[in-house]
Amino acid sequence: MGDKIIKKGQLPNVLKALKKTYEVFVPVREDGFYSFKPLKDEEKVDLSFTNTRLSPKSLVLPQSERMFEFTLDEKSKDAHIVKEAPKGYPPKVVVGIRPCDAKALRLVHVNFDNPEFRDPWWIKRLESVTLLGLGCNEPCSTCFCTSVNCGPFNKEGLDVLLFDLGECLLARTPTEKGEKLLQLGRVDKDADSGLKKKADELKTRAEKKIGSHVPTDKLGKKNVNDLFDAPFWDDVAFACINCGACTFLCPTCWCFDIQDEVTKRQGDRIRNWDSCMFPLFTVHASGHNPRAKKVQRVRQRFMHKLKYYVDKYKNGVACVGCGRCVNHCPVNIDIREVFRLMND
Amino acid sequence: MEQTDKISEIAKKILEEKTVDLVIGFKKGTLPTMREPVLIKDAERTDQLYWDSFCFINLASYLPKRQEKIGIIAKGCDSRNIAVHIVENQIKREQLYIIGVPCKGMVDRRKIIPLLDGKKVREVTEPDEDITVRGDGFEHTLKKGDYLQDNCIRCMHRNPVIYDALAGDLVEERKDPDPYDDVKAVEAMGSEERWEFFSNLIKGCTRCYACRNACPLCYCPACFVDESDPQWVGKSIDPTDTMTFHILRAYHCAGRCTDCGACEQACPVDIKVRFFTRKLNKDVLDLYDCEAGLSTEERPPLDTYRPDDYDEFIR
Repeated sequence: MGDKIIKKGQLPNVLKALKKTYEVFVPVREDGFYSFKPLKDEEKVDLSFTNTRLSPKSLVLPQSERMFEFTLDEKSKDAHIVKEAPKGYPPKVVVGIRPCDAKALRLVHVNFDNPEFRDPWWIKRLESVTLLGLGCNEPCSTCFCTSVNCGPFNKEGLDVLLFDLGECLLARTPTEKGEKLLQLGRVDKDADSGLKKKADELKTRAEKKIGSHVPTDKLGKKNVNDLFDAPFWDDVAFACINCGACTFLCPTCWCFDIQDEVTKRQGDRIRNWDSCMFPLFTVHASGHNPRAKKVQRVRQRFMHKLKYYVDKYKNGVACVGCGRCVNHCPVNIDIREVFRLMND
Repeated sequence: MEQTDKISEIAKKILEEKTVDLVIGFKKGTLPTMREPVLIKDAERTDQLYWDSFCFINLASYLPKRQEKIGIIAKGCDSRNIAVHIVENQIKREQLYIIGVPCKGMVDRRKIIPLLDGKKVREVTEPDEDITVRGDGFEHTLKKGDYLQDNCIRCMHRNPVIYDALAGDLVEERKDPDPYDDVKAVEAMGSEERWEFFSNLIKGCTRCYACRNACPLCYCPACFVDESDPQWVGKSIDPTDTMTFHILRAYHCAGRCTDCGACEQACPVDIKVRFFTRKLNKDVLDLYDCEAGLSTEERPPLDTYRPDDYDEFIR
């Protein structure tokens, strides 16, 4: 499908049409920052955001998810039998997701869908979501997406990429899912060559605006033990307070913990986001903790993203350069500095 | 700038003279409004030390159980938390060389960001009582007093309470009539309204525990939320578990909290968690006439027992 054009004034109608098929999520400003929330009023969609405070990964990997349910009631014939909890996968569309966050879902996907493991809930949820992305005309000063195989108008992971050309939006559609979405939204006006050229220029201009860069070229070639034993970890970790802010804000952190919660005799098996920053993350049943020290946990986070992932999946680094951890780490531990140290 | 120079000078001296093994302070961050806590052992590296109104993290957090002789930079609230640590046997007074910094309040970076309308800040400087924010093609001068952290607006202890050297002249303490006006507004609510207020307050909580971890009081080897045998509180984002965490965290701080505000500044989703702790601070002040960390002699009121207590039930 060729590029299409949506006049800004038509956007509410497009969203109205999409609502008939999809649950529509849009960026909503509340309590001082943006998050993706269900669309309420299509006339009031605000696409002036830079990015959401939390990444939209929770739409595919909920922070807490009821996997199974069970009963401990011995009188029940199903006592102690673990059954899948009912789940729904209604088609959703995420309007305005940024290219970095869409790419992040692709990076995480290799963990949940690979020859060894297939996570049914991740897969079904990702299939049910259509990503109607919005390129970044004005990237943040902390964005470094172009250094990590991404960019302000990167298509990877998106079903539709919107270029904001002022009066209209140009829609580029890399996937069939995206084509279907545009048909359902009754977007059928073709973009002329002038607008296509304008979109390409916008992309080039935005890429040039990225002022923050990190080196990654040597990470793959480095010896993993040399990096593990590198002398800089104590310095990197000193300030860390070992909270989970970076991991919970990060679009590529996928780790989880599975817990059984029982009320009276009814139980749920719940999967919750976990964080390698927490001591409990690695505590063994014996009480031994192989990552008892802060420095070990900090090292793990960066080694996983910038070395283990690189070596295991040959898919680049597990970072899309969104800058959330840079902006919200309370003690200013900056992953861009760690890139430099590890790649040096 | 003056304070920065003075801090570096004192730090250099105490490292050279081997009064201390290391100095804990701040260095300039990678963002214009962020400073990074740093540990310095080499006197030659003390020129890294930096001080301005964005040093909001409470450095007392880095002290518990350290064995070395430590130089530490402390504004009013940090010094009170150091006093709490000394009383609670987390560090010994003789291990410390406290470089006190009289403080006119820390600037809340999140109050500045909305003014900039997405513009990129390159540099933030502080001439006198102002903050100048510079970027590509713009420059704003803001009155610092208008952008202080909420806790600093109500701070009654701006000068360090214990110190070995000062990196600046003592400042005048405020004599504000009522540091608890906001708490009183919550107290005035009915119980249902109050429950709703607190439920709403924490509805965005991700359980990342940044509030807990930024708090110098939270030094337990294993926090109750990290206990797995037995497990005291659920790990999901069920509102009951999230509320349990916040209420218990606050109660553990009762009579010990100095209202330094690090918890709120650390929260990645801007939750005003001080509403929990400040009510308890007010109660401790009303009931025991006590504010945390003003002395290295007195134990916190809630772990004190006196045979002559005026309440019969405890005697």
